[in-house]
Amino acid sequence: MHDRLLVATRKGLFTLTAQGGWSLGPPEFAGEPVSMVLADPRDGTLYAALNLGHFGVKLWRRRAGEPDWQEVAVPVYPPQPDPLPEPLPGGPPTAPWSLQQLWILEPGGADQPGRLWAGTIPGGLFRSDDGGDSWTLNRPLWDQPERREWFGGGYDYPGIHSISVDPRDSRHVTLAVSCGGVWQSRDDGASWACTSDGMHADYMPPERRGDPNIQDPHRMVHCAGQPDALWVQHHNGIFRSTDGGAHWQDVVAPTSSFGFAVAVHPREPDTAWFVPAVKDECRIPVAGRFVVHRTRDGGQSFDVLDAGLPPPPAYDLVYRHGLAVDEDGQRLAMGSTTGGLWLSDDGGERWQCLSAHLPPIYAVRFG
Amino acid sequence: MPRIVFAPAIQRHVASPAREVAGTSVAAALAAVLAEQPALRGYLLDDQGRLRHHLSVFVDGVAVRDRQWLSDSVRPDSEIYVVQALTGG
Repeated sequence: MHDRLLVATRKGLFTLTAQGGWSLGPPEFAGEPVSMVLADPRDGTLYAALNLGHFGVKLWRRRAGEPDWQEVAVPVYPPQPDPLPEPLPGGPPTAPWSLQQLWILEPGGADQPGRLWAGTIPGGLFRSDDGGDSWTLNRPLWDQPERREWFGGGYDYPGIHSISVDPRDSRHVTLAVSCGGVWQSRDDGASWACTSDGMHADYMPPERRGDPNIQDPHRMVHCAGQPDALWVQHHNGIFRSTDGGAHWQDVVAPTSSFGFAVAVHPREPDTAWFVPAVKDECRIPVAGRFVVHRTRDGGQSFDVLDAGLPPPPAYDLVYRHGLAVDEDGQRLAMGSTTGGLWLSDDGGERWQCLSAHLPPIYAVRFG
Repeated sequence: MPRIVFAPAIQRHVASPAREVAGTSVAAALAAVLAEQPALRGYLLDDQGRLRHHLSVFVDGVAVRDRQWLSDSVRPDSEIYVVQALTGG
């Protein structure tokens, strides 16, 4: 169980440590939007991705035991074709070949020291093999003809926000795109296949609702102990796969099946947590009641958990990276876009508020 | 030689004092700075080498017209200001 919680916010990176109670340290990168943070479990290195409004995306690294952060390279898109291809007939605008957001950062496998995967807006997947000193765009995915049909969901351009590396085989990488479905590679990124069969987007025209390539997974996670068990909080609801993403099934939650975040127990694939909200554009807790959904039977039933969470009216929204479960499957953290931060040590039964006044929270991670 | 000045908001990230640089275009002047300070590149230019969307460059008080190639000319006594647009909260 980790006693450090990293909180990436619109106004800096906050670190909380548990020594008796949880204490909040001063922000690092104070005032800067921190879009993603990673504590690499392989060597303890910290990474913080900044999205400076005027000056672009930056990545900083702090090696374990070192006091200072060091700015390292960011993913850079190669020279774009001139002119850019015209949009497909009736299709989304052509994405620029320019980094807009570093949306997710994940370590490679235990057998791949230095390997990092970065998911970005406008939809490029980048790989580093030297801890962020250099990056390479994954061309097989970027050059996939279907990519031109991806479109932005909440942002102007599509983006990769979830990456899962299979602990059984580091060459097996699964990622999720808003809006472009779930994609998998079994050869370390040399080839990709869209694996969103069974997902549906009922807000689309009937002919396109089942199109695997236009699905809008808001967040995808796998069970570390049983990686073929995947959960997706989708724009249209919750989907679950028990066969490594080959097929997805609908799961209906009680309060609302809409939301952004999902976390899955690291060893119990039937146990997952969600934070419901009113669909689609409304995006507030249902009736101002801020709750967490938990299933322990693969989505057949849900507990509605609110002990320790603020009573109604509470309009906290938890964004896609704002919910995390620790390696013990009991400790959870949750941060909202209105700056509320909560922690549970018993699988969500009871929550304690660590702060109600942080900047808007983009991501929480243990490590 | 033209003089190039970076706004304090940029200096906050990468200190880059005002200096005189050789060049008869904004691009040439900027290239001279970036040769000395390559770390500044990503703060000013995007992946395709264009001036970042929320930055502006003024030459003698006039915003440059060519944000793609920064081909606007500068005179030996020109003052080049690199500044940020004001956005957000």
